[in-house]
Amino acid sequence: MLDLYGRGWQMLEGGLVTVQLCLTVLPFMIIIGLLGASAKLSRYRSLRIIGESYTVLIRGIPELLVILLIYFGGTIAVQNIAELISGEETRVDIPAFWSGVAALALVQGAFASEVFRAAMQSIPVGQIEAATACGMTPRQIFMRIKLPQLWRFALPGLNNLFQVLIKDTALISVVGVEEIMRKAAIGAGTDKAPFTFYLVAMLMFLSFTTVSLIAFNYLEKRAARGIARA
Amino acid sequence: MFEDLIYVLGKYDTWLWRGFLLTMELLVISVTFGTILAIPLAVARVSKKVWVQAVPFAFIYVFRGTPLIGQLFMMYYGVGQLISNIDGIQDHWSWVYLRNPYWYCLLTFVLNTSAYVAEIMRGGIQNVPSGELEAARACGMTPWTTYRRIIFPRMWQMIWPAYTNDVIFTLKATSLASTVTMMELTGAARKIVARTALPYEAFISAGVIYLIIVYTLTFGFKGMERYLRRNERRKDKHSANTKALPT
Repeated sequence: MLDLYGRGWQMLEGGLVTVQLCLTVLPFMIIIGLLGASAKLSRYRSLRIIGESYTVLIRGIPELLVILLIYFGGTIAVQNIAELISGEETRVDIPAFWSGVAALALVQGAFASEVFRAAMQSIPVGQIEAATACGMTPRQIFMRIKLPQLWRFALPGLNNLFQVLIKDTALISVVGVEEIMRKAAIGAGTDKAPFTFYLVAMLMFLSFTTVSLIAFNYLEKRAARGIARA
Repeated sequence: MFEDLIYVLGKYDTWLWRGFLLTMELLVISVTFGTILAIPLAVARVSKKVWVQAVPFAFIYVFRGTPLIGQLFMMYYGVGQLISNIDGIQDHWSWVYLRNPYWYCLLTFVLNTSAYVAEIMRGGIQNVPSGELEAARACGMTPWTTYRRIIFPRMWQMIWPAYTNDVIFTLKATSLASTVTMMELTGAARKIVARTALPYEAFISAGVIYLIIVYTLTFGFKGMERYLRRNERRKDKHSANTKALPT
């Protein structure tokens, strides 16, 4: 049972790819989220409109559709651009891994921008005013006052988003990335034991989400260590 | 580009329309039965007895902690295979239903939705002000009457925005039915892409339809929220009146 028809290592490799996917998407998700939140809180109306419509669009479209659109559409787009530049017919293949990363970063970034927007708005105005009174530039205010606190206010939301991210990486199996679900599907098909393989896959996902939950709870406690007693 | 779009919409409009209908069907059934199932789960989840709490806790934890696509494959391929291994099942009258992906999709979506909804209901039930519960007790209401008259109406008021989000989540989740050969909206779009090799036109058309559904739903649910919170408005008006009156 444990060696899974000799595919135990395959499943572990799939687990590694899932972890890689999550950790690759994470920084992009945070950067897109911060940019999106800044756009939504911007002084300029055009930036606010761009930020808002980004969330409105992504919120209403299934993740699977975004993944498929970027996988199939992205290849054509890059190919067209490459043909424009080189002037001759070229064939480009975007690796499924990176099109999956792009799609998930785009989707999760939209939700992250909402989390960061809320977090930015929870920073007391008095602190910003005090910083301005001390003569800090907007850049300094962001680096010294906003960013360190943003972390604490955004953590509960990020916890939730990371859970969703772990589960959403399973969707990338649809375009053929060999993460847990895909490996399980291969095993289920060739060894005619779908129940066993999917059960193992689910247990792996459950352990990932549990670990992430514990880690984020620890971080939340740590981030609040100066606050809890006050 | 626009010729292609018109071509796709003109030639495959029936596929998209049928896909839309199937998506709505999956959504309505999943949300309805998911919500009905969520109520006993949530009530058991807030029980003071540990052994009553444990079952819904484990159910919710597993369904919220694993990807929906995995649950769906587990049901359709995993449980499906276990069922097909039963002796003589393939000659049984129920085999027509037992091999149809439709029922596996529905079952998975209903269970998944009920886990998410039960979790938000738990939050709603626990946030009912304890004064109201004590008042109900003092009036001599039985636990069941308290639930019916006090806790559930209060809970719906509180969870409605989160519930709206969950319904939208379920709508997006129905797109996974396409991975087990169902021809709902995403499935229809994928089939169009396979036929025409026009991914933008097909996927964006489907995306626009999803957007229309989502924002129509959001609009309707906002209206419902006003209805659920009607007593609060009345209270506000009342207190405003008393303030205006000279005492």
